[in-house]
Amino acid sequence: MERKIRVLAAKPGLDGHDRGIKVLAHALMEAEMEVIYTGLRQTPEQIVNAAIQEDVDVICLSSLSGAHDYLFPEVMNLLKEKEAGNVLVLGGGVIPKRDIPALKEAGIAEVFGPGTSTSDIVLYIKKHVDG
Amino acid sequence: MLGERKRWEEEVLSQRRFAPRKTEWGDPIKPLYTPDDIAGLDYLSEIGFPGEYPYVRGIHPDMYLGRAWTMRQYSGFATAEECNERYKFLLKTGQTGLSVAFDLPTQIGYNSDHPLGKGEVGKAGVAVDSLEDMETIFQGIPLDKVSTSMTINAPAAILLAMYIAVAEKQGVHSKALRGTTQNDILKEYTVRGTYIFPPKPAVRLIADMFAYCHENVPQWNTISVAGYHMREAGCSAVQEVAFTFANAIAYIEAGLKAGLKIDEFAPRMSFLFDTHNKFFEEVAKYRAARRVWAETMRNRFGAKNPKSTMLRYHTQTAGVSLTAQQPENNIVRVAFQALAAVLGGPQSLAACSFDEALALPTEKAVRLSLRTQQLILEETGVTDTVDPLGGSYYVEYLTKEMVKKIKALISKIDDMGGAIAATESGYIQKEIEESARRFQKEVESQEKVVVGVNKYKIEEDSELDTDIFSFNPEVEQLQKAKLGRLREKRDNHAVASALSAVRKAASGNENLVPRFLDAVKVYATVGEICDVLRDVFGEYDQLKTI
Repeated sequence: MERKIRVLAAKPGLDGHDRGIKVLAHALMEAEMEVIYTGLRQTPEQIVNAAIQEDVDVICLSSLSGAHDYLFPEVMNLLKEKEAGNVLVLGGGVIPKRDIPALKEAGIAEVFGPGTSTSDIVLYIKKHVDG
Repeated sequence: MLGERKRWEEEVLSQRRFAPRKTEWGDPIKPLYTPDDIAGLDYLSEIGFPGEYPYVRGIHPDMYLGRAWTMRQYSGFATAEECNERYKFLLKTGQTGLSVAFDLPTQIGYNSDHPLGKGEVGKAGVAVDSLEDMETIFQGIPLDKVSTSMTINAPAAILLAMYIAVAEKQGVHSKALRGTTQNDILKEYTVRGTYIFPPKPAVRLIADMFAYCHENVPQWNTISVAGYHMREAGCSAVQEVAFTFANAIAYIEAGLKAGLKIDEFAPRMSFLFDTHNKFFEEVAKYRAARRVWAETMRNRFGAKNPKSTMLRYHTQTAGVSLTAQQPENNIVRVAFQALAAVLGGPQSLAACSFDEALALPTEKAVRLSLRTQQLILEETGVTDTVDPLGGSYYVEYLTKEMVKKIKALISKIDDMGGAIAATESGYIQKEIEESARRFQKEVESQEKVVVGVNKYKIEEDSELDTDIFSFNPEVEQLQKAKLGRLREKRDNHAVASALSAVRKAASGNENLVPRFLDAVKVYATVGEICDVLRDVFGEYDQLKTI
């Protein structure tokens, strides 16, 4: 049987806005992916540990509090440290366009802002992960 | 009349082709409303006059003829110094309503040097670690001359204690203090996320505040029960009001259980709602909400004081409706929502800023949304008479229907054991998530149009031309250094003994607010006090509904 794409849907930091990540998690499940949702208030360490433990192909990080500039790159650093740098990491939330180059530099593959269609994210993941 | 309407429908209207419409909560909307649709409605008992029970047309007899609503824009500043500067400026321009947004570590009871707060310090608002920060925020601002709204929930009683302590140092008695603490914990578990303790001890803290403020801070709005965040998270207008009132009922029951009488604390309860896109439904929502609240307070809780039965509320336009695509369109969205809000009859209003889907708003964008409110007040004439949409067949019909739906949903939650039980079981969370998913599907299938997002799109977005708010990256370091200095210079023995008094009160039934007041006066930090409470009360572990 073909292995399903495994995704960790994560809320780093203290931000409590979880409407987006939950809607996305459901859309990914409907697209036949396995989704693990971390819940709120996760440190980068907790997210990376969960990603390794669950052997995920993708991490979706969501933040709307403005802390993405610290939290997203920190997740990337820890993934590299633990030799899990091959995981596809996507970012979402309220993220100004001018912050995106630095996030991509840090290794975030793509950033999906407000108004993104969940089907675009599904397509992106399917294209970039070999199932 | 009914016969004539049937004739018109069958002979005239039926010639036309159009898609049926429905309300946001899924009921069909007729193509036309006539007197038949409100035939059974008794004007005197079910609508009445403004300023009189059941307040459908407004809680004041003259509404905005006498005094405009308060225009209270929500805004956060990273440091206590910046806050202070801003408030002094506002006071100079004649504004007396201040609003404090706290950063997330403060809202969740962590000091600025807590590892979980990394990257969040000073971002969503100001960082307050100790009384020192609060003294800076209000330095030179006479607290008997202003009213201050604080968006703080789990540690609300601690921040209020700090406010009282600052006032005392100014020589202002707590009885002269005016303002609001949001202090509405139940919606934090379901949607907003800044919970600390489990529901029962958290609700006890609220009851402690009701009792303390009744005696000592009688002009303070002890709570602002909020539907705003649930609506933003996806629920419908009917669910917004019903879930909010169910939460309010839980707080009232806690107050009564603590030995208070309904009219001792109900007059100081206030509310916060979200004003969304569907214009007439939003206006009707507020008219219906006033009636349901008035009837609940009189019939269910036996309130005698008319103030206990008046729904006093603040509303903000729907942040969630703002788009990152073609952000200038948001200026228009906000204007329509603000107009609906005013026609609904609020006591205060915050209009969102058009750049909020991109980042925190810039000063210029905040000013534009304030001007939007001023245009409505000064130029449109909608405030020239009270409740101008009253009597519209459609609005009265919607009002009547919403009253029924809201009451039915409140009873359903009662049957589940009330709002605390419905939160613990995940019912409210699941309902909200379900609505959010349905909305997303409707947008993606284009059944619902979002202008500029799934229709009328353009290739180039103007975001890069829009000035965007910037954070000061040094705030976190500055705040940590300040905290380090505080720990060295304060009387640490006094702190330890104040904290053990907090522990003792938390373990028993003693009102905690006086203990918080003692602790903050010796500069115990928000994080230290919350750690003691975490130890006694435990911590809430979020219920994962997916």
